[in-house]
Amino acid sequence: MRYTFLTYSRPEDFANVPPEELGKLKGLFGAYIGSLKEAGILVATDWLQPVSSATTVSDGGNRIQDGPFAESKETLSGYMTIEVPDLDVAINWAKKCPMAKYGAVEIRPTAMEA
Amino acid sequence: MTIDARMTDVVRASYGRLLAILSSRTGDILLAEDALSDAFAKALIHWPKDMPKNPEAWLLTVPRNRLMDIVRRDKRIEFRNEIPEIDANAMSETVTLSKDEAFFPDERLKLMFVCAHPAIDAKIHTPLMLQTVLGLGVEVIGQAFLIPHQTMAKRLVRAKRKIKDSGVAFQLPCQQDLQPRVSAVLEAIYGAFSRDWLGAGALAEESLYLVSLLAELMPNDPEVLGLGALIMYTLSREEARVHEGVFVPLEEQDISKWDTDLILTARRYLERAQAQGVFGRFQLEAAIQAVHADRVSTGEINWEALAQLHLGLSRIAPTIGANVGYAAALGKAMGPKAGLDALCAIDEKVRSSFAPAEATRAYLLSEVEQWQMAADAYDKAICLTVEPPLIEYLQAKRAALGPKLA
Repeated sequence: MRYTFLTYSRPEDFANVPPEELGKLKGLFGAYIGSLKEAGILVATDWLQPVSSATTVSDGGNRIQDGPFAESKETLSGYMTIEVPDLDVAINWAKKCPMAKYGAVEIRPTAMEA
Repeated sequence: MTIDARMTDVVRASYGRLLAILSSRTGDILLAEDALSDAFAKALIHWPKDMPKNPEAWLLTVPRNRLMDIVRRDKRIEFRNEIPEIDANAMSETVTLSKDEAFFPDERLKLMFVCAHPAIDAKIHTPLMLQTVLGLGVEVIGQAFLIPHQTMAKRLVRAKRKIKDSGVAFQLPCQQDLQPRVSAVLEAIYGAFSRDWLGAGALAEESLYLVSLLAELMPNDPEVLGLGALIMYTLSREEARVHEGVFVPLEEQDISKWDTDLILTARRYLERAQAQGVFGRFQLEAAIQAVHADRVSTGEINWEALAQLHLGLSRIAPTIGANVGYAAALGKAMGPKAGLDALCAIDEKVRSSFAPAEATRAYLLSEVEQWQMAADAYDKAICLTVEPPLIEYLQAKRAALGPKLA
């Protein structure tokens, strides 16, 4: 079954993190993505720029605005899509994600038919 | 035996097993329930004319075929495991599902773990288990949880959809997940049991059934055995708990009304739990009940032992109930002042809205002849209580203070 991990965090939590710490975090992330690839379960992933860089299109394209769709303290910071047999396996992979420690990982099953 | 009685029997004994087998194959409990209830309806028509030799096998084959039809038509559903082909009439009468373990390993344990899965709202764990494993009706469950049955039905359907859509596996948790998952299953069973401690409904019996099943499937888990013992000790005193509509405290109960067979079984469970050498909350709660049960042979209550056990319990599981239990036992063992001191150590905000805390305080205050304060505490306890036999008891205690009050 295909699951997507949506990683959420509070940008303010990272505002005062020294660059070398951020570098370490990036390293952790890289290693995590590496282990997903190694296990042969990674479908797709990306790590996103902060919401200040967001542009939102709505109203059938008539509305284009600067900023995210919804203002919230926790923002989407990236996603990983994986293919595993069941939710328990997905949960155990999510537990290992660095964002489970620095924020939260939301697991969503796919709605697309095979 | 009439067909109806035979049906009721088979349903009671097999519902959970059948549903567990059928739903584990597709991961869809709702679909399995539909197929199973359809089979029950067909049974009502067919059985009076032609009773199958093995009704349970019949009740598996018919919904199995229906599920296979649905799966063939709907490509989105897939079988995760094939359901074995069986012939309901070829099997001998003595072979039942429950005895043919190799052919049909018991899937109810898996179903219990699914019901108490951490991805499912903890509040629905107990109702879900009562409905799927025991086949209890949604009206009964709604009543027990003081929720309109339509609302309860919606919540149950929502939980079952989540189980299917999110791909919760119908399998035993892996070793690293096992302990927390077992705890969740035990909590769900305890939830059914504690909802019914005055013995007003049927849930205490149902929780005993669930925990016995769990003990059969996990015979060496000390907390499973501990909870089993706790439920049995409590059930053994059902007849003595209320006398002429008034609650009777444990230490004043008529022991001739206790079920000694059940006490014996409880003791065996507790001994098996203790033999594992691992301490746990349910085991401690059962040990407390065992000290009370000893009154049958010794004629007295060992309050010092009780105070020790309650202290241990309040350390492992520091709930308000455990803390009040400790204060009450200490009051008996070391005198009312010690009990009152222990009560004072509990956060007043929590304590003053918990009926057993106020009732215990009232009793201890009357022991130190603080009549007015005791009367006020009884009044407060009465306000906080909903069960009629308990209100009757507290009112009698309060009334007895009357002559002492200026």
